[in-house]
Amino acid sequence: MCVFVGLLVKGIYELWGQGTTYEELERAVMAYPEERKLPYLTPESTFKIVVDSFGKGRVNLKKPDHKFFVMETDDYGCNNGLPPVAQRTVFFGREVGAADRHLLPTYQLKSRKYIGPTAMDAEMAFLMANQGLARPGKLVYDPFVGTGSILVAAAHFGAMTMGADIDIRVVRDGRGPDCNIWSNFEQYKLPEPLCILRADNNVPPWRPGLKEVFDAIICDPPYGVRAGGRKSGGRKLIKGTVAPYTVPDEKRDSHIPSTAPYSLAECVHDLLHLAARMLVMGGRLVFFFPVVREDGVANPAKYPEHPCFRLLASCEQILSMRYSRVLLTMVKVGPYTEEVEKAAEERRREFRENHHKWMEEGNLHSAVFSPADQAAAAADGKPAIDRDSKPKYRGKYV
Amino acid sequence: MRLLTHNMLASNARGAVTGYPLKLQVVKWSTKEAEPNPEFLRGMLPKIDWPALVAATQALGLPELLPEAPPTDAELSAEGAAADEGSALRRLHRALLEIHIEEGALVCPDTDRCFPISRGVPNMLLHEDEVRN
Repeated sequence: MCVFVGLLVKGIYELWGQGTTYEELERAVMAYPEERKLPYLTPESTFKIVVDSFGKGRVNLKKPDHKFFVMETDDYGCNNGLPPVAQRTVFFGREVGAADRHLLPTYQLKSRKYIGPTAMDAEMAFLMANQGLARPGKLVYDPFVGTGSILVAAAHFGAMTMGADIDIRVVRDGRGPDCNIWSNFEQYKLPEPLCILRADNNVPPWRPGLKEVFDAIICDPPYGVRAGGRKSGGRKLIKGTVAPYTVPDEKRDSHIPSTAPYSLAECVHDLLHLAARMLVMGGRLVFFFPVVREDGVANPAKYPEHPCFRLLASCEQILSMRYSRVLLTMVKVGPYTEEVEKAAEERRREFRENHHKWMEEGNLHSAVFSPADQAAAAADGKPAIDRDSKPKYRGKYV
Repeated sequence: MRLLTHNMLASNARGAVTGYPLKLQVVKWSTKEAEPNPEFLRGMLPKIDWPALVAATQALGLPELLPEAPPTDAELSAEGAAADEGSALRRLHRALLEIHIEEGALVCPDTDRCFPISRGVPNMLLHEDEVRN
């Protein structure tokens, strides 16, 4: 029996028969060719029959050689939002293979030692690692590693991992010696990451000439809805008119650098540039991208593009009427050339020079949380509500 | 921090020309054994700056660990290389993946900017006045 690494396909079954009643089902199974049934009905082999019905529990017996399923669709009064069942149908079939969904309870966040407010849900992290083709011998990098939830999934599939984060409290300290990024890997007996470093993806610390090292980059960039992105070079950028702040020499060692907000557009640009440079050809970039839904749909024309990448898949996860996130899977199809490097440098200069403009244009937080009528007014072309009545957001979203 | 990481990093502070290779200052280091993965090492070798890796092992006081020239693909693929303690494969594995710098610093060769390594995590973040314009 085979086991898939995929999680969304629950299982594959060889259909032996179906009917609207058990009598009809029995006749169908009897009529199914003997030569297809006999190999699984030998006296030496063990089997079990699982009765699986939507909305009902499943019998659990230990380790049979073959598993047969009776599946039934019927109206139990509760259909979890699915269309009502038109016709009761009963199926009988042999299980050919099934997904290893046991790993979900093992890895669920509520029993993980160290998590943060934006830790990636375990099932989603596994799906992302699969999209990135995390496998033994591959190297996976997460530039916004946080508590390591995506790398844990990649390591489970046998990949080597590396991660970076701008927040030293997360990558180095955690919540103590036994509750940190490293302990999350120990908890599941997974090999620890090759490297965890504190770095800013806006000012990447890679040596000159280094490229094509990672097989996949898998991440959930900070977009400023739940957690805002930060980048190096704080005060100077925020207060452009005052003299640049200079750290006094005697304070250099213990100085905690202030950071500036990181606009979504710049963050995504830096991510694509990192991937263009650091992924091997054919390597994959998998990341979530936030979308403000227009007329109730996500607009694929707004997904980011890059000359080195081709979009393989986009899966929308709707989060509210106005906001969703899309899991984008891209494959590197073009080499990192001097031309690509120059274009990126040009773009970076523009981001630096027009920092405020980019912060306002890409302000997803206000698009998502502002009152609906204001958004509607803006859409009608009416002047946006004046500054004084600007909604005030409670709490800090750093 | 493993020497593999040291081999990939550079100083990106204002004033640095190449910012590479970073000088290694070691206060505390340790060895953690790991299962060698020949496929991974063969794939990684072409990306490694060999002289910088050799210099790093010397800074650790292990001048015998690596030869002057990088191992060939044939040496890494040799039968039994993974099991033989002294093989080129195992030496490379040890240098890149089994040595951990726990406490110390990476120093920029151009500006002497010191990037601390604490609890095994190198801190490459720049102060606000060091970011290039």
